[in-house]
Amino acid sequence: MAMAIRVFLLLLFFLSSTNIGFSLFEDQVGLMDWHQQYIGKVKHALFHTQKTGRKRVLVSTEESVVASLDLRHGEIFWRHVLGTNDVVDGLDIALGKYVITLSSDGSILRAWNLPDGQMVWETSLQGSKTSKSILYISKNPKADKDDLILVFGKGSLHAVSGIDGEVLWRKDFAGESIEVSHIIQSTDKIYAAGFVGSSKFYVYGLNADTGKLLKDDHTILPCDTFGELLSVSGDKFVVLDKMRSKILTINIKNGEISYKQKLISDLIKDSSGQAVILPSRLPELFALRIDSHVLTIKVTNEDDLVLVDKINNAAAVSDALSISEGQHSFAFIQHEGSNIHLFVKDVNDWNGDLLKESIIIDHQRGNIEKIFINNYVRTDRSYGFRALMVMEDHSLLLVQQGEIVWTREDGLASVVDVTTSELPVEKEGVSVAKVEQNLFEWLKGHVLKLKGTLMIASPEDVVAIQALRLRSSEKSKMTRDHNGFRKLLIVLTRAGKVFALHTGDGRVVWSILLHTLRKTEVCEHPVGLNIYQWQVPHHHALDENPSILVVGRCGPSLAAPAALSFIDAYTGKELNSLRLAHTIAQVIPLPYTDSTEQRLHLIIDIDRHAYLYPRTPEAIGILQREFSNVYWYSVEADNGIVRGHALKSNCIHKIVDEYCFDFRDLWSIVFPSESEKIIATVTRKSNEVVHTQAKVMTDYDVMYKYVSNNILFVANAAPKATGEIGTATPEEAWLVIYIIDTVTGRILHRMTHHGCQGPVHAVFSENWVVYHYFNLRAHRYEISVIEVYDQSRADNKDVWKFVLGKHNLTSPISSYYRPEVTTKSQSYFFTHSVKAIEVTLTSKGITSKQLLIGTIGDQVLALDKRFLDPRRTLNPSQAEKEEGIIPLTDSLPIISQSYITHSLKVEGLRGIVTVPAKLESTSLVFAYGVDLFLTQIAPSRTYDSLTEDFSYALLLLTIVALVAAIFVTWVLSERKDLQEKWK
Amino acid sequence: MEKGKGVMGSGGRRWAVDLSDNSTSRDIPDPPGFSRASLDQDDSTLSRQKKDAESNWKAQKAWEVAQAPLKNLLMMGFMMWMAGSTVHLFSIGITFSALWQPISALQSVGKIFEPYKDNKVELLGPKLLFIALNLGGLALGVWKLNALGLLPTHTSDWVSSLPPAQEVEFSGGGVNLG
Repeated sequence: MAMAIRVFLLLLFFLSSTNIGFSLFEDQVGLMDWHQQYIGKVKHALFHTQKTGRKRVLVSTEESVVASLDLRHGEIFWRHVLGTNDVVDGLDIALGKYVITLSSDGSILRAWNLPDGQMVWETSLQGSKTSKSILYISKNPKADKDDLILVFGKGSLHAVSGIDGEVLWRKDFAGESIEVSHIIQSTDKIYAAGFVGSSKFYVYGLNADTGKLLKDDHTILPCDTFGELLSVSGDKFVVLDKMRSKILTINIKNGEISYKQKLISDLIKDSSGQAVILPSRLPELFALRIDSHVLTIKVTNEDDLVLVDKINNAAAVSDALSISEGQHSFAFIQHEGSNIHLFVKDVNDWNGDLLKESIIIDHQRGNIEKIFINNYVRTDRSYGFRALMVMEDHSLLLVQQGEIVWTREDGLASVVDVTTSELPVEKEGVSVAKVEQNLFEWLKGHVLKLKGTLMIASPEDVVAIQALRLRSSEKSKMTRDHNGFRKLLIVLTRAGKVFALHTGDGRVVWSILLHTLRKTEVCEHPVGLNIYQWQVPHHHALDENPSILVVGRCGPSLAAPAALSFIDAYTGKELNSLRLAHTIAQVIPLPYTDSTEQRLHLIIDIDRHAYLYPRTPEAIGILQREFSNVYWYSVEADNGIVRGHALKSNCIHKIVDEYCFDFRDLWSIVFPSESEKIIATVTRKSNEVVHTQAKVMTDYDVMYKYVSNNILFVANAAPKATGEIGTATPEEAWLVIYIIDTVTGRILHRMTHHGCQGPVHAVFSENWVVYHYFNLRAHRYEISVIEVYDQSRADNKDVWKFVLGKHNLTSPISSYYRPEVTTKSQSYFFTHSVKAIEVTLTSKGITSKQLLIGTIGDQVLALDKRFLDPRRTLNPSQAEKEEGIIPLTDSLPIISQSYITHSLKVEGLRGIVTVPAKLESTSLVFAYGVDLFLTQIAPSRTYDSLTEDFSYALLLLTIVALVAAIFVTWVLSERKDLQEKWK
Repeated sequence: MEKGKGVMGSGGRRWAVDLSDNSTSRDIPDPPGFSRASLDQDDSTLSRQKKDAESNWKAQKAWEVAQAPLKNLLMMGFMMWMAGSTVHLFSIGITFSALWQPISALQSVGKIFEPYKDNKVELLGPKLLFIALNLGGLALGVWKLNALGLLPTHTSDWVSSLPPAQEVEFSGGGVNLG
């Protein structure tokens, strides 16, 4: 007995001594988490292959990333994520060793060291007005001299030294209202050319050393222009006229402006479509896209235009590449079915091809949008070419010798929405050979682990153990597991591609480029909006595959036509797609499913109609049954109104549509526009499971949580304080918090934080809301918590009622009962500014909660909800301490072990998604931004399972040893007994 | 006297001298070394007396056994007082043993009083006392259990796993998809 107690005590001691923050050991990194680094859709690329060292390509992307990639494998050498409001406009190499980037609308110029990506210098360029920005580096032929960097940005021209980033001179063009579009350098003079308005063409000549204005000239073109001015060679430009029927050729030889114009119909006879000049820079040439053809047109010395070639089905044209003195080549792509032909031609010798290759590219990557080429010298001294292609799905490919050398799925850098799907159930019947092999592997693995536990493992064994743990085949299987750790993460990217990622190792299981979200003539700017779980079979429809609904729209405006796509979650095949006759303003997944477990969705359009999907009579039947109980609300952030609606009747249309419903307005909350502006709204997750409605206080008292799905948190800021922090004084800033019942429109709680302003990040869970904002008086960020309790249930105190089950606490309730609510709240200081805030979800809702805070440093911090408990006091009583109430402190602690991203960064963090695993203690956390990160977390530790590295072999050994010991001692005691008796 | 007659009547003896019947010849002193008490050592009388003594002793013992839980009770009380009122291993162990002992004792009341069973001995009294004392012990244990907060006597013990009530209405929506 005493022994048992001792063992138990020891166990307790071990349990209590494990760290409260669930920090990881170094060798546990990568066991349950994975991290993927991306860069986004490439905008500019520069090859750096001259030196004998490592060959690399420098890229800047639409996600504001500057990176250096390994040309051999496509891995990232270095990468800098500049942030969403620091968009990279220009990328170039100066002095052969610095990468120069121009960002933030031409106001920040940075130089990065080419080999390691360290920042060398940064210059902030001043200017008075916003304008487009141009980066031009005049390559000095003499190696010892400085490269002059010419930057046009913010309405002025800057000359910056390449060595230290010093601004040598500055010429302000703000007064001239010229939109400079080109900078040309000729020996010691610099010409800045551009338009004033759309028909006045100006050229300014400047001294390259001092920036002094030497001369300026202008001419008025005979017609307005369309699109960008393209430089053909040093002093020649081409531009289209407004009607897109003429090409204007402008020559600024020696600062004198002359122009010629030519009708496109003179160049090509039967053309009907709109012409566009492609932005490829080719010497003496330019490319014009008309219909599906690309015309290459030569500009002669006399500024005449000569049609050189007509390329059918051309997709992309590269810039010219200088391969030797006077020899320039360029590449273009031709699509032919699933084949892609890559041509590299000499600019001057149009007849022969330097290279002609055909490649097969997965059609799920779509068309080629951009191509960058680079040459290398083959062993036989001829030129070989490699091409970097940016695809429609934003992925990046390197093609060399007719083969794809590497690909990067950079579309995953711009995840728009995430949902999950279960994997298929494991099929019965496993082959014997597999089992035997598995058994052997299993035994070997456990022997290794045992060695590790007993500390007799050699260094090689340790490496083997680590490798074994990391590439456990168990976690990347394509079937459902008992603990529910293996799932599919289905992500929609900005390119309109849907990926399914395996939660075990993050690999892409399938991907599909949705044709409803592809750019077509009808749909110029398709955007993928959201992704929903359409069909989640569990019980009676297990043989069906789950499916996903993707909602898209042509363009950002609400009135744009919309499309729905349904995708099989196991195979990634598009089951169905609909181009809708109505628009989409909101999609409301209803809590009802039909017999095949398809979820009913209501789609609200901008003309105040609600449409029911799926369009089946069964769905109508289900909705009719619940007709009077379906409500919806709309938040009009611009007008400061929240409205509640209910379904009324079928639409009164010319065409009878029984799936279309009108609705009536029930209530509206109009916030005073002079003092409040909606800046954030948040609701509870519809899939959140709440275990209990009661919260037990220290003195056995019970408070009943006000748990409702129809509850909305609204944060309003003072109109003057909606800008950046620091633009408003504390006196004119306030934050008003509302908790609103969205069925009745009743305001359950209202609170004002004086001297505070947004941005507000909030999360709603169970009966509480946690929100983050800035306190102007304290000059610090704050996090507040509000807990809502149902006061009308508080008098359910008779134990006998519960013993006999004579209470009505679990009977269905209606919001129209208007229950009395009380709230408790508390505020704390918090050090970080926050990018996203989320809460852990578990399958039964028993496990305590943790807040997941995406910090400004692109990490995810897990903070126990216990720290945000309104019952915290300065000196909690003994009973309160025992219950786990932490003494009140003015700020929330940031324990560095509780960063769930440990040493990693999820660059450009935009969102966090939590998914409950089947194991109650654990939930999966997926953080996305430019990078993707997934891990498992257990807020109360894994109390319901043994750890992954638990040594079953050791347990077995211990049991065997104990049994043996019992047997031996039994024999010994028998013998001793016998001897005793003989005495 | 009566005893002697009884004996004579029972057997077919011709004559008998009742040496034990000393009531008539009190004047003759006893011979030296003769102890009158040993005269009572007649077989049947002996067993009778022995039985008597035994039943007396049994009754006494039964009472003793019946009172034994009292000591236990005091001991338990002391241990409980020592264990304190917070829930930990020892207090739980002691409380449960305090509960278990009376229950097991009550279960085996018959067995405990088995050795003292006799048609002459009245066991009801001791048994009742025993049961009462054990019930007292049980009550003490329950009281302790309650003191530790392990009895579901509060509302909180009954509602802590009460699922939230279902809602009749459903409402969804939000800001327009941008």
